[in-house]
Amino acid sequence: MSESKDMEQGIITKVSGPLVVAKGMSEAKMYEVVKVSEEKLIGEIIELEGDRASIQVYEETGGLGPGDPVYRTGSPLSVELAPGLMESLYDGIQRPLNLIQEKAGDFITRGIEVPAIDREKKWEFKPVAKQGDEVAEGDTLGTVDETTLVEHRIMVPKGAAGKVKEVKSGEFTVEEIVAVIAGKDGQDIEVMMLQKWPIREPRPVASKLVPTEPLITGQRVVDTFFPIVKGGVGCVPGPFGAGKTVIQHQFAKWADADIVIFIGCGERGNEMTDVLMEFPELKDPRSGEPLMKRTVLIANTSNMPVAAREASVYTGITLAEYYRDMGYKVELTADSTSRWAEALREISGRLEEMPGEEGYPAYLGSRTASFYERAGKVRCLGGEKREGSLSVIGAVSPPGGDLSEPVTQNTLRVTKVFWGLDDDLANRRHFPAINWLNSYSLYLEDVNDYMKKEAGKDWPEMRGQAMQILQEEASLEEIVRLVGIEALSAKEQLLLDTAKAIREDYLQQDAFDDVDSYASLKKQYLLLKAIMTFNNKGTEALEKGVELKSLQELPIKEKIARARFIPEDKMAELEKLVDEVVKGIEGVAKS
Amino acid sequence: MLKEYKTIKEIAGPLMIVEKIADVKYDELVEIEMSTGEKRRGRVLEVTDEHAAVQVFEGTRGLGTKGVKAKFLGRGIELPVSEEMLGRVFDGSGQPKDGGPEIVPDKKMDIAGAPINPYARDFPNDFIQTGISTIDGMNTLVRGQKLPIFSGAGLPHSEVAAQIARQAKVVGEGGQEDDTPFAVVFGAMGITFEESQYFINQFKETGAIERAVMYMNLADDPVVERIILPRLALTCAEYLAFELDMHVLVILTDLTNYCEALREISASRKEVPGRRGYPGYLYTDLSTLYERAGRIKGKTGSITQIPILTMPEDDKTHPIPDLTGYITEGQIMLSRELHRKGIYPCIDVLPSLSRLSQKVMSKKTREDHSGVANQLFSAYAQGKEAKELAVILGEAALSDADKKYAQLADEFEDKFVRQAHDENRSLEETLNLGWELINILPKSEMKKVKPEQIEKYLPKKKK
Repeated sequence: MSESKDMEQGIITKVSGPLVVAKGMSEAKMYEVVKVSEEKLIGEIIELEGDRASIQVYEETGGLGPGDPVYRTGSPLSVELAPGLMESLYDGIQRPLNLIQEKAGDFITRGIEVPAIDREKKWEFKPVAKQGDEVAEGDTLGTVDETTLVEHRIMVPKGAAGKVKEVKSGEFTVEEIVAVIAGKDGQDIEVMMLQKWPIREPRPVASKLVPTEPLITGQRVVDTFFPIVKGGVGCVPGPFGAGKTVIQHQFAKWADADIVIFIGCGERGNEMTDVLMEFPELKDPRSGEPLMKRTVLIANTSNMPVAAREASVYTGITLAEYYRDMGYKVELTADSTSRWAEALREISGRLEEMPGEEGYPAYLGSRTASFYERAGKVRCLGGEKREGSLSVIGAVSPPGGDLSEPVTQNTLRVTKVFWGLDDDLANRRHFPAINWLNSYSLYLEDVNDYMKKEAGKDWPEMRGQAMQILQEEASLEEIVRLVGIEALSAKEQLLLDTAKAIREDYLQQDAFDDVDSYASLKKQYLLLKAIMTFNNKGTEALEKGVELKSLQELPIKEKIARARFIPEDKMAELEKLVDEVVKGIEGVAKS
Repeated sequence: MLKEYKTIKEIAGPLMIVEKIADVKYDELVEIEMSTGEKRRGRVLEVTDEHAAVQVFEGTRGLGTKGVKAKFLGRGIELPVSEEMLGRVFDGSGQPKDGGPEIVPDKKMDIAGAPINPYARDFPNDFIQTGISTIDGMNTLVRGQKLPIFSGAGLPHSEVAAQIARQAKVVGEGGQEDDTPFAVVFGAMGITFEESQYFINQFKETGAIERAVMYMNLADDPVVERIILPRLALTCAEYLAFELDMHVLVILTDLTNYCEALREISASRKEVPGRRGYPGYLYTDLSTLYERAGRIKGKTGSITQIPILTMPEDDKTHPIPDLTGYITEGQIMLSRELHRKGIYPCIDVLPSLSRLSQKVMSKKTREDHSGVANQLFSAYAQGKEAKELAVILGEAALSDADKKYAQLADEFEDKFVRQAHDENRSLEETLNLGWELINILPKSEMKKVKPEQIEKYLPKKKK
């Protein structure tokens, strides 16, 4: 117990699940990390009353009892930031799961201490700053090629500023000094690549900016109808089996972000394994490199300690902010935030706090809001005026699919995109089961300029018309249900056909098909263009007296239906498709 | 040094509060000796420097605050394990129930278990053929998966589970069977004597009992034992799978009774209740059961879990099925409607789902598997919709395509879903049956199957 000489040591007085109460902690601070019992289990102080501290313990508490010691560390729960983060798989408090396996075997036992960042590995540090440069927090001192996709920028740490006295070049471990800054107060500041940051404190930025560039996910229903921007926030609520996790995986795989942080928060073990085994295999559609090269995974499966689940989202978002500060476009997916909220509820219940709605603590709303508020497009600190963005997509698992429950409601209040998953669609195997009638995106108008430039000039109109057709379909369906299809005019029947084509041949997308899994903006544009051309030309033809039936029997319809399986490198085929549609319909009109 | 106390302060429901204690640990096992000499066991649920709350497994009936001794054993609950457990029946506290001798343990394992490191897991991707078309064809079971059966009172979930246990086998790509030893671990919580006998007889008839370990807590056995029973069963399964290299199928029935026992204890601890009075940590608690399934890299064995639960009032949004669905990898849903029509097994494929099926369909099985499944799913859904429409508007109001869909839906239920209790269909047969049904549709509607597969597998229409 040598380390506790200067720090006071507490004594446990109560153990209840993941909550431990200790006395003799009068000097302790809120959110300070403590080591509980001789096994040194990691815990965090979440309540203080007199000399008693309530501690949430991030590991199993069986075998702990009153009288066991609690050691203070004096510092808040922090993550380590340095080259080596990419391609890692961490648990909720940034312990690499591969090292845990090396140490403890196939099952996660407790009291395992492993470094978050490899201390031995040497990285090639390339200096950017020169001796004599005036630098301040956020300025780049040098870079490290972390992976083939990520250039890691070593930035001046918090609070440091002054003249660069020395900057090295060559191979270093993360704990070796790479630069020395002569501080304003005459003190030399030694900078190493390894830095720490408390997870509950947002990293500072120069200013926040308004995001306008869409985050292209390659998912047609998302990019076309309910887009999210780089730096935006979205949520995916849905009952179980509606495909939340698959959508989250799709975002993590295909979104055109530089860095992806994926948090499996209280989810299935096999799913994390799936991600872990699949990501190194999958190629990034832009660079052709394995996706894992730009990904950090955080896995706290449902049976791992509940308190670490609470911490996992903060661990993830702090890592995300760190890369954002380097000027990257970061995307963070959290699956699922409901499990995080439940962890809050469980701990709140053990603290015997007054419960709010459905037993959740009253501060659920403010905690949710402050988490999502860490997203955004920003101007980073530092003289280079880098711009970075952090988009956050959270899955919500409402009990019984009931969206009026507190977690969903609190999330909806702060997120700007809502992709509502629908049980009925899932049952019909319409995937992704995003309901086009009740989902929304508040970024729709913001991305118009970008889309006109990148996809096609008539994109906003085409998208608007397609959405209108889908909405009209819903009301026409009512009529069909009452009086049958014959009661509709030929034009209306064609509209129903078009709606069906949009649903089945455009909105549906097979995440497990190698080709269909991802659609570029160009492909999306051409596909939708073909469907809408059929509709518009078809309507004209009907006006000229062409029979509906002859339109319905056109072979080009089947071709449209299969067009989504045309690979990206055969885009010419898709380009021809629109012309073929026009010709096909003109053919009928003439005969 | 054992810690023995007579300072029982309070008894409420299944809980006993012991005061003036020292050196008691959380989650510790307690032995309770009554004045009559009868012994019961319990577990520490909460401990402070003044008192410990002990959950008594065999129930608190007959316990008093006087004359009762509580002995804290200084360890968690451990299960003695050995290969001899195969073929035996145990009760909810792990004692032999079949009149046989005690188990001579190979080792003792803590029943709480530790979470499998996601990094150490191997992804489940071996197709298990159950011989039931609705499962194999459309909601494929995979080795290492946890796939619950969502049932209702009076539905034949026991029959379905027993049929799966009898017929399940892994068919390799060449059609040959995997010869790794297998075992069935069966955990019954609060089921009736008849139900338990049904399973025992089923296992006996097929000889499977030799390879089975059974844990039985019947409806009249102590409620609290239901909390530890699944943990005993899963610990046993982990031993068989990861130390003796067996493929283990775990059947747990009925999880609803487990959750109710949990609620009872939570209520007597005066905890803040979550939905419908179930404790807020129900999700976490269930996950510590369900997540004990899977495969581990470098190990031969695996654990596949089929928990059964009866949905109160057939309501899938009830907390028990709801939270279960969020943890397990899909669900097999039984339908009262199909049952009323006299169709066995009454599996409703539309709300059923196997999340891992995409990983094996067509990848480990015949190339057309995934296409056939998707085509049947959407066609059956459309057919059912068309039939509903026909009820309102009459058959005549349906379009030609819809009439075909309606016909397909009927034949699907009659030919594809329905099968005999002992009918063991190979996947080949299931898929061919699927093509026969797809053949009802016009070719332009066969959007989900690839053209070359239509060419290859579609039965040629007779003129």
